[in-house]
Amino acid sequence: MTAPITRDQAFLQFLLRMGDNTLILGHRVSEWCGHSPVLEEDIALANTALDLIGQTRFWLGLAGEVEGEGKSADDIAFLRDVWDFRNILLVEVPNGDFGRTLMRQFLFDAWHSIQLGRLMTSSDSRVAGIAEKTSKEVAYHLERSADTVVGLGDGTEESHRRMQEALDYLWPYVGEMFQSDAIDAEMVAAGIAPDPASLRDEYDALIGRILATATLTIPDSSFGHKGGRSGKMHTEHLGHLLTQMQWLQRAYPGANW
Amino acid sequence: MTRPSSEQIWQWLDGVPDPEIPVISLVDLGIIRGVEWNGDMLTVSVTPTYSGCPATSIINLDIETALRDHGIEKLQLKTQISPAWTTDWLSDKGRDKLEAYGIAPPQPAGGPERCPNCRSTNLTKVSQFGSTPCKAHWRCQDCLEPFDYFKCI
Repeated sequence: MTAPITRDQAFLQFLLRMGDNTLILGHRVSEWCGHSPVLEEDIALANTALDLIGQTRFWLGLAGEVEGEGKSADDIAFLRDVWDFRNILLVEVPNGDFGRTLMRQFLFDAWHSIQLGRLMTSSDSRVAGIAEKTSKEVAYHLERSADTVVGLGDGTEESHRRMQEALDYLWPYVGEMFQSDAIDAEMVAAGIAPDPASLRDEYDALIGRILATATLTIPDSSFGHKGGRSGKMHTEHLGHLLTQMQWLQRAYPGANW
Repeated sequence: MTRPSSEQIWQWLDGVPDPEIPVISLVDLGIIRGVEWNGDMLTVSVTPTYSGCPATSIINLDIETALRDHGIEKLQLKTQISPAWTTDWLSDKGRDKLEAYGIAPPQPAGGPERCPNCRSTNLTKVSQFGSTPCKAHWRCQDCLEPFDYFKCI
């Protein structure tokens, strides 16, 4: 049996979950910079990545404050190893093709927008403030990723096939967003964050509507990969991502410009 | 030195251009949220436009440089994220300057009202994103010029 966690410990874990999601997805999306199919998409992806990295500074900055050991958002982002990350597995899987990247973005944006909407009434004013600020950006992300999923899903034979394959590949990673544990229970008790499971109905309704318009079929499977947000088991991909994202601070500690 | 008035500080800040869109000032942009003296310490509250806007750190540097040039010695910059920045805070002067510069000002309808070059209303969206986080990319169907639209958030 594990020792019960304190409210501050749970709060720190919650903030890491929020910040690591935006950090790792922001990094993944930034990998497209200079490689997108057309210039406008390149700019759109780079802008989305930028928003996500900016949001990370709020979440991990607050995490450092709550932890109280003098760590900055940069310290937390660049000086932890795989087992300390609390992002869901969905955001760390490789980009695949453009369709898979946009499908992942849509599946995440839909959750993100609902989650931030709930966090705007958080009992912690700092959390509510970050949610209020970032939800505006995320509404924009969702509008675009949903539009693109519809455009490609209900597009040519090939774009439809690729979007269905993307959905089939990513679907087993969706469930992790709605799993609740002791940390979530503590956050619910403190009025800081909602129970993840309570977001599922709204999420299913939202993505169901968009995916139907996109002529895509949600896989009939409830199997789910997990272990990211608890930190128990990340995919092999996260370590590779960190070697890129963190190498400068690892090779030249304290470097800045 | 005697303590300059808050009005004076606002006026000085209105002389600091936005680094990405130098035709408008930081005050026009609506990101200066407060100017306050505590004894001989001046606190300026600044709100970011977009969370990841790379201009944020340059903006802070420009504010500091401008106020130091005017003789302010004790200065503190505070980042204030709530209430969240909205394009409703753009000044009317700023909106006019944007349009004259070729950037369509934000509209509640979610798209530009008219082409900043020829005033045509026959417009098409090229991309929801543009050259900076705060802009989208549009094109005029009549004069065929592409232009930036300041997103409404």
